[in-house]
Amino acid sequence: MTTYLLRRLAGAALVLLALSVLVYALFYVVPGDPAKLACGERCNPAQIAQVRTRLGLEEGVFSQYLHFLQGIFAGRDYSTGTGLVHCDAPCLGLSYQTDQQVTALILERLPATASLALGALVVWLLVGVGTGLLSALRRGGPTERILTVLTLAGTGTPVFILGLLLLMAVCAQLQWLPFPSYVPLGEDPEQWAWNMLLPWTALGLFESAKYARLTRSSVLETLAEDHIRTFRAYGVAERTLVTRHALRGAVPPVIAISAVDLGSMFGGAVLTESLFGIPGLGRTLIEGVRRVDLPVVVGVTLVMGLFVVLAGVLADLLHAAADRRVVLK
Amino acid sequence: MTPTADRPLVDVRDLTVEFDAADGTVRAVDRLSLTLGAGRSLALVGESGSGKSTVAAALLGLHRGTGARVTGTVLVDGTDPATAPPAALRGLRGGTAAMVFQDPLSALDPHLAIGEQIAGVHRLHHPVSRRAARARAVEVLGRVGIPDAARRARSRPHEFSGGMRQRALLAMALACDPRLIVADEPTTALDVTVQAQILDLLHELRHETGTALLLVTHDVGVAAESADEVLVMRGGREVERGPVARVLTAPAAPYTRRLLDAVPRLDGPARTPAAPAKGELLLEATGLRREFGRGRSAVTAVEDASLTLRAGETLGLVGESGSGKTTLGRMLVRLLDPTGGELRYRGTEIGRLDERGLRPFRRELQLVFQDPASSLNPRRTIGASVADFVPPGGSEARVRARVRDLLDRVGLDPDRYDAYPHEFSGGQRQRVGIARALAAEPRVIVCDEPVSALDVTTQAQVTALLTDLQAELGLGLVFIAHDLAVVRRVSDRVAVMRAGRIVEQGDAAQVYDAPRDPYTRRLLAAVPALDPALAEDRRAHRARHPEPAGT
Repeated sequence: MTTYLLRRLAGAALVLLALSVLVYALFYVVPGDPAKLACGERCNPAQIAQVRTRLGLEEGVFSQYLHFLQGIFAGRDYSTGTGLVHCDAPCLGLSYQTDQQVTALILERLPATASLALGALVVWLLVGVGTGLLSALRRGGPTERILTVLTLAGTGTPVFILGLLLLMAVCAQLQWLPFPSYVPLGEDPEQWAWNMLLPWTALGLFESAKYARLTRSSVLETLAEDHIRTFRAYGVAERTLVTRHALRGAVPPVIAISAVDLGSMFGGAVLTESLFGIPGLGRTLIEGVRRVDLPVVVGVTLVMGLFVVLAGVLADLLHAAADRRVVLK
Repeated sequence: MTPTADRPLVDVRDLTVEFDAADGTVRAVDRLSLTLGAGRSLALVGESGSGKSTVAAALLGLHRGTGARVTGTVLVDGTDPATAPPAALRGLRGGTAAMVFQDPLSALDPHLAIGEQIAGVHRLHHPVSRRAARARAVEVLGRVGIPDAARRARSRPHEFSGGMRQRALLAMALACDPRLIVADEPTTALDVTVQAQILDLLHELRHETGTALLLVTHDVGVAAESADEVLVMRGGREVERGPVARVLTAPAAPYTRRLLDAVPRLDGPARTPAAPAKGELLLEATGLRREFGRGRSAVTAVEDASLTLRAGETLGLVGESGSGKTTLGRMLVRLLDPTGGELRYRGTEIGRLDERGLRPFRRELQLVFQDPASSLNPRRTIGASVADFVPPGGSEARVRARVRDLLDRVGLDPDRYDAYPHEFSGGQRQRVGIARALAAEPRVIVCDEPVSALDVTTQAQVTALLTDLQAELGLGLVFIAHDLAVVRRVSDRVAVMRAGRIVEQGDAAQVYDAPRDPYTRRLLAAVPALDPALAEDRRAHRARHPEPAGT
């Protein structure tokens, strides 16, 4: 168990390292001069050179990368022209655009993203697994056919279309809710929940379609197994067979896929965040890419990677807890 | 008790079960009638595809909702499982008639504690509290010989051995006090000593509770041990029915006679000692050893195994599951590296050679696998599969001719060169496996359970083929099997393995007729006898000399 955790965490560190190298490499392939962008519209070459020095862009790619790593593990100092700014470890650098520390920026944006991802998780577990279970119970009947059509439609509808439809229906037509604007949980929990309701529903429903299909097929697969036959031969009713014995079969795949989805959503559900104006990591990343803001892009990508990897470990632990035959080594 | 005392507990009339298959309708059971009185026992015996399990499933209405067409009438204690309303059907299932399934590994829910599964079933049929149901589960688990039942009731199925799982399934059947137990190949997946324990237990429980038994089995010996009457089935029809002693000793139908003749016997004729006195010494293993894993989790699969194999000789390797016989067999053809000891092939040490060094010997050391279905590539024709093993050199036409010759030799039609594995029966596929091994022109063939997936009549044909080929080609044959009677039929010499060690080795006649090791003796005593009277004697003997518990 301990060996397992150590091995997985060491593996996670390697993955993140590789990811950071990749993002750095990609960044130097794409066109665009960050110094020119950071300097603004009207900048003479001298000013641009000054900005370039300040951002450390004079150095070679390799030495920039090494400084970046040093910042993560030991912290580093930046000159602002007038003085020195210390950036504590884990330092992901300063934004080229705003001079803000990327670590602080991410911590600031993370709660919004986490709110969205966790709420959506609840929706897709309830709606998705519930729908899958219902269609497994009613297999062969009209209910299942209707649900199949609905889930297929759900898989085929992009999340921003679903979100737009919800906005138009709930906020514009019916006027049940005001147009959502993000309120932090710490400020006003009630307003937070009301404003997150639509984003949760949009993202959760979009994901639900996948989980409904996954749950249905896993349950049906388990229903074909021999031990189900045993309990059927002992007079266990069909409904009980599904809920007590076959639903278990859906637990491992749902956990595994949920963990990956949740992990990548922590890195930002870009479309949903943009649509509902949630100041999360996804929007931060997109802005960073547009402005060729390397520290922001690398930082957000690494955090996203970190959450995906951690979610994987968590999924393994949950899987082992759900199925006692699984031994983590 | 019985509403009308004169009515049999099970009354099946003109039962026909049909399934839709890709190529038309398959009639699995064809106008079968049978009756079984309360407290009596009947064995349905037949080879695969005879429809015996389909009959058992019909008694519990398990064909409902599967698309199978069931006609005729089935009455179990007055209820027709094919037409009864759902509530009555659920009462019948488990309450009146309890089924004991084959393959105990997959017949229990892997996620739930065993005691919980039994308690759940008990509560379906008896309106008792959870606590009382749990107590009942512990009680029946104890009754079937699970040691420390109160604690073990909380175990999951994977924490039980195969024998214990089969006991747990029996306990589940007992939990609801059924009047009939339907057992479908209840001991097929078990080792012979464990099988004897389960059959003894079943016998004892029936004696105690007066439960009737319908036993489905392919093993005539198991039927002889457990049933009053036998019904021999073939192609969905009854071939012969009668008291077990009469059918097994004086069969009336020709098919029954053929079936019985094909069953390998411990007391039947051993292999004719026609094997050439002493051929060339092919393999010589000294103190061979193999471990798996490292450190604390290391397992020694084979330890200190020494044996010899000469040309023209068959060495039988018997043992129960986990005894290390497959590991040893694979080391002999160097599919596995020994971790200790020496292995000489025609005088050359090959135990420590690497893949390059082994290359000259590979062709001469061949293996035939247990499951011919999974050891042939399903997407290649059998001809192509065999041709792969023909030594290189020679035109395509010559290779083809050679393969056709080999197919002919193993008793297959050479014109089926371009057919795919799924077009063949199990026995025919095993013949392809043998042809493939022969194609390499080997001197040594290790056959790992080559016939254990086959019906007895097919078994007899394949073992005869192996013996003929060996005599003709002067091969050294290692025959690995868990079935002692099969090994006796083909082997000149026999090595008995237990827990990684060879406990006894010698001429077949000596090992079988005058075993020296107590384990060999126990193993032989556990083999079901075909004679019910002898079976009774053996059972009494086993009762006086109980096995250590926990298996």
